Amino acid sequence: MQEWAIRHGRGRPRDNRASTPANTNHSPGTPGWNPTQTYVPGPRFSCYSLRVATLSPVKPKIERRHKVIVRVTHWLTVVAFLALVVSGLEIVISHPRFYWGEVGNVNMKPAFTLPIPASRDTVPTGYNYQWPDQNGWSRYLHFEAAWVLVLTALVYGVWGLVSGHFRRNIIPVRGERNWSAVLSRMAKYLRRAPPDKREEKSYNVLQRVTYLVVIFMLFPAIILTGLAMSPSFVGAFPAIALIAGGKQTARTLHFFLTWSLIAFMIVHVAMIAISGFWRRMRAITIGGGSAAEEDR
Amino acid sequence: MSLISRRRLITTGLATAAGATGLGVAAKLSRKYGLVPPDCKGVYGAGETLTYGAERLFARHAMAREFPRSMICEKPFANEIAPPTDAFKRMQARNFVDWRLTIDGLVEHPMTLSLADLKTMPVHSQITEVSCEEGWSHIAEWIGTPLSNVLNEAGLKPGVRYIYYRAVEPYLWETIDVDEAMHPQTLLTMGMNDGDLPVGFGGPLRLRLPRQLGYKSLKFVIHITAVDSVKNIGKGLGSIDPEAGYSWYAGI
Repeated sequence: MQEWAIRHGRGRPRDNRASTPANTNHSPGTPGWNPTQTYVPGPRFSCYSLRVATLSPVKPKIERRHKVIVRVTHWLTVVAFLALVVSGLEIVISHPRFYWGEVGNVNMKPAFTLPIPASRDTVPTGYNYQWPDQNGWSRYLHFEAAWVLVLTALVYGVWGLVSGHFRRNIIPVRGERNWSAVLSRMAKYLRRAPPDKREEKSYNVLQRVTYLVVIFMLFPAIILTGLAMSPSFVGAFPAIALIAGGKQTARTLHFFLTWSLIAFMIVHVAMIAISGFWRRMRAITIGGGSAAEEDR
Repeated sequence: MSLISRRRLITTGLATAAGATGLGVAAKLSRKYGLVPPDCKGVYGAGETLTYGAERLFARHAMAREFPRSMICEKPFANEIAPPTDAFKRMQARNFVDWRLTIDGLVEHPMTLSLADLKTMPVHSQITEVSCEEGWSHIAEWIGTPLSNVLNEAGLKPGVRYIYYRAVEPYLWETIDVDEAMHPQTLLTMGMNDGDLPVGFGGPLRLRLPRQLGYKSLKFVIHITAVDSVKNIGKGLGSIDPEAGYSWYAGI
């Protein structure tokens, strides 16, 4: 593109220094990187100096930490998940009682009750207070966000299978599919040891197991238990309700799964904050430059 | 870098044109096959259209689950109802012999039926679940005559797309599409668990739609009208639900 622009007199290379051989990209993992060269790791946020080097007119192919499809589906999931949590909690306060089995109502004994007031006066909560009723827009938003989540999950899931993303980055590597690998990585975290070289480009065994559980168990389960509450969907696919153990069981599990995903999100964000929040944020938004920037 | 090559411009242009045309055709087909709900506009319109469209595309004729008699709830929960009017109380005192159901609109034979008339029609009973949008549910046996019997008797004219139904309180009204109205489980309910339908559950006449949430199953039904459009009813959103912020289609 830039060569085209120069030929047509539309512009000039922005940085002449950058085109001199001495200034070619020094990032590890990119073409032209010579590991025998003396490489002085900069301070913790040295990425800015490295970034300038990438502005050479002939851009070497930069290996981004996260592929663009991962970054887009990640943030669509974040937006949908937050909308689902907010609207879901709004919906739940209209009947903060939970049951097992197919049916449950105020004439039945609940499995447990949230110790909070309700947004409807038909529910005996023992409180002399009633939340404002926000079920209308909450339900609209909940199902719209659910569509965003499900469609995003489909795109990500199909791509992950076809591209080998799951095989390469999510399923634990051969030799680490055992408890001792998980425990030894956990011990490393507890010692606060620096990450391995390998972890620059992909995930360690603990991250892989966590993402495996989140992607292939928690999200599918929360979607299925959600669908198991829909009268028309269950009419069309009665097996869903049977698998979930009845409508009220599905509702109770949906509630627990929400909290497990919230717990995941808190730990996920905490780990990012500990390992360098803005660097990680750049990696998952604009792509964050080369893999070399990571964990440096 | 903001320069755009000619090839890029042409491909992007063609792709956009193809996408726009595709969307236009999809919208037209969706409308033709009844996949677009009346509350398809606004911030939540897209999600609502996907939900309703997907259900109508893949499960238009699916049946709501029916349960064994052993699963009928001993103490079903009657949701709160508006305090009955004096006129209602007078009819209740006379055991609802004056209750009339009017069927009009785009029908060959407009008619007015008493409960006795309705009871001469083929009786159907179903053990289905009431699911409230709040989250609670209960199972009961519901006895009555399918709405399709009444609509067939009245004779729907071509072009009917929605069935409007209204409660004895004039401000409580709903519409459903014709598929939902003609569905075999859409029941003009007069009995519950081997007795008359109690007032608390919508007696003497409730339109039960087991494939949708409880709020679509209007209690105290007195008027049914066949219409070709919902644009001129209320705010044109299909029922009082979207006017109060709830979705028109309640199959979810």
